[in-house]
Amino acid sequence: MAALAVIRRRAGRWALNGAAGVALAYILLPLIFVVWLAFFRQEIPSFPPEGYSLRWFAAILDQRKFVDGFSLSFQVGVLATGVGLLLGVPAALCLARRNFTLRGPLANLLLMPIVVPGVVLGTAMYVFQVEVENGLDVDVLGTFYALVAGHIVIVIPWVVRLVTASLSGVDRATEEAAQNLGANPWVTFWRITLPAIRPGIVAGALFGFVTSFGNLEMSLFLVGPGRTTLPIVILQYLEWKIDPTIAAVSVVQIVLIGTAMLITDRYVKLARVV
Amino acid sequence: MARLDLHGLSKRYGDFHAVREVTLEIDDGEFLVLLGPSGCGKTTTLRMVAGFIEPSAGNVRLAGQDVTQLPPWKRNAGMVFQSYALFPHLTVAQNVAFGLEMRKLPRADINKRVDEALALVRLGGYGGRLPRQLSGGQQQRVALARALAIRPDVLLLDEPLSNLDAKLRQEVRVEIHELQHQLGLTTVMVTHDQEEALTMADRLVVMNEGSVRQVGTQRDLYERPADRFVAGFVGRSTFLEGAVEAPGRFRTDGGLALACSGSGSGAKSGRGVLALRPERLQVAPAPITGLDNGLPGTVEFVSYLGALIDIHVRLSPADRLVVQIANREGGFAPEVGQSVHVSWPASAGLVFTE
Repeated sequence: MAALAVIRRRAGRWALNGAAGVALAYILLPLIFVVWLAFFRQEIPSFPPEGYSLRWFAAILDQRKFVDGFSLSFQVGVLATGVGLLLGVPAALCLARRNFTLRGPLANLLLMPIVVPGVVLGTAMYVFQVEVENGLDVDVLGTFYALVAGHIVIVIPWVVRLVTASLSGVDRATEEAAQNLGANPWVTFWRITLPAIRPGIVAGALFGFVTSFGNLEMSLFLVGPGRTTLPIVILQYLEWKIDPTIAAVSVVQIVLIGTAMLITDRYVKLARVV
Repeated sequence: MARLDLHGLSKRYGDFHAVREVTLEIDDGEFLVLLGPSGCGKTTTLRMVAGFIEPSAGNVRLAGQDVTQLPPWKRNAGMVFQSYALFPHLTVAQNVAFGLEMRKLPRADINKRVDEALALVRLGGYGGRLPRQLSGGQQQRVALARALAIRPDVLLLDEPLSNLDAKLRQEVRVEIHELQHQLGLTTVMVTHDQEEALTMADRLVVMNEGSVRQVGTQRDLYERPADRFVAGFVGRSTFLEGAVEAPGRFRTDGGLALACSGSGSGAKSGRGVLALRPERLQVAPAPITGLDNGLPGTVEFVSYLGALIDIHVRLSPADRLVVQIANREGGFAPEVGQSVHVSWPASAGLVFTE
């Protein structure tokens, strides 16, 4: 009987490890192939590779549209993240701390942009911007700021969600203690609450930025002539060519985002907030 | 330090009265304990003093000044929270310095007062640690040092010992009490633990359902409880239901006629209860002469507590009471089913009429 129990326990552990391995492989295999492909020497991707080279990484810099796309995506991401924080952190505070009638629906509404399909969001944004343009008689559609405005909408859910999560771990009594010791609500926020929710803010900013940087569907509706974000540049390039330049661009993105996460994780344990 | 006066303090949430008309005068240097079961309004009262809850009516005067309308950060009240509420990202010294920085003291004075406060709670040398690196008892003392450093007009303690284990609780209890006397701190503590309340307080306030039921010293509450609730909450009582026949004469529903001369026994008639402290009763194989009441009964249940033994004795189909005896070597130790006599002097019987 005892032996049977041991076998059962081992079988259970193997089954669990096996399932985890399959899931991990499912996620990682495409990434591994993309990275591998980026180093192929031949132009047409085929297996096995004829040899390896770094020429496709050099090819990125030869094409201005990749550099410009990267630059635009970076600027939009940074700006959208900044404004998203300014709007999202107070919103999270309000949702977590205040009790009002429409709190539940409002919380769901603020998380909606990452649930709604990007194409739907893009269409809605497009129609809205056209209406605003017609109504106010100013240039909106296709401008840099209209693109940023759209991206702010997809940054906010991450900020709200992660800041709300870290707020739930803050002992309200510490804020009362600060007030009891002579700190007004403003000082209490800066000296006590903000340091306590810093991990949530950093993580929210990071994930918001990554979402904005990688966004394709919504951006397709909002970009103007001569203003193309990196994911759109990649898509347009793929319509004409399938050489490993795209794989190289992807590798650069993966490395940048991965580095950002590792650096962030040194200061704020992401596993604790996400 | 200063005196604290609460006058007609009330808090209503809709139809619910959390606190009703609490009026208390706390002297300079006095240690007052608010005692009561959870939900009795004691914490709400304390939080109104600290300014976290706005009273529906009444006022709070601290050091002669009406502070009812002042926000918490403008009242000079030092509070120790149940969870200690230490700032997790600040060191022990920074925690203690926080209130002094808010008062914009010069850096040199702040450092001096932080050192003093930490020395006072025997945590000198711990200033550089983070709260999470300290034990529960040490965290509790940091919270106390932080509240004392601002030299508050009143020290407010919200169940400060409830997160400590039993042994540590006794130590910290003595420490807080000594510190309070040494510094002459006007102190208000909230607790539901009557042992804690009895050992620390100069004066106690028993609260229930939002109202003050009785204010007095330990002896007042124990010997002369104001009502049935206090008699049951402070110490223990067995209650026998019945009616007053004449002053000093109580007849239980089970038909027993009992002599009583304790508080409340001057009532002339009416339904009520007779309260008896288990430790004021005696149990023996035969009636004890010289005591006013002596009744035969049967032991129904024995609860062995170590130093003490509780004996539940049935006197009549409707009357059962508890006798507490010391667990002495060779003493009388009745067993379940045994016939015994329970005796007590008339002065042990307290009467509460409805």
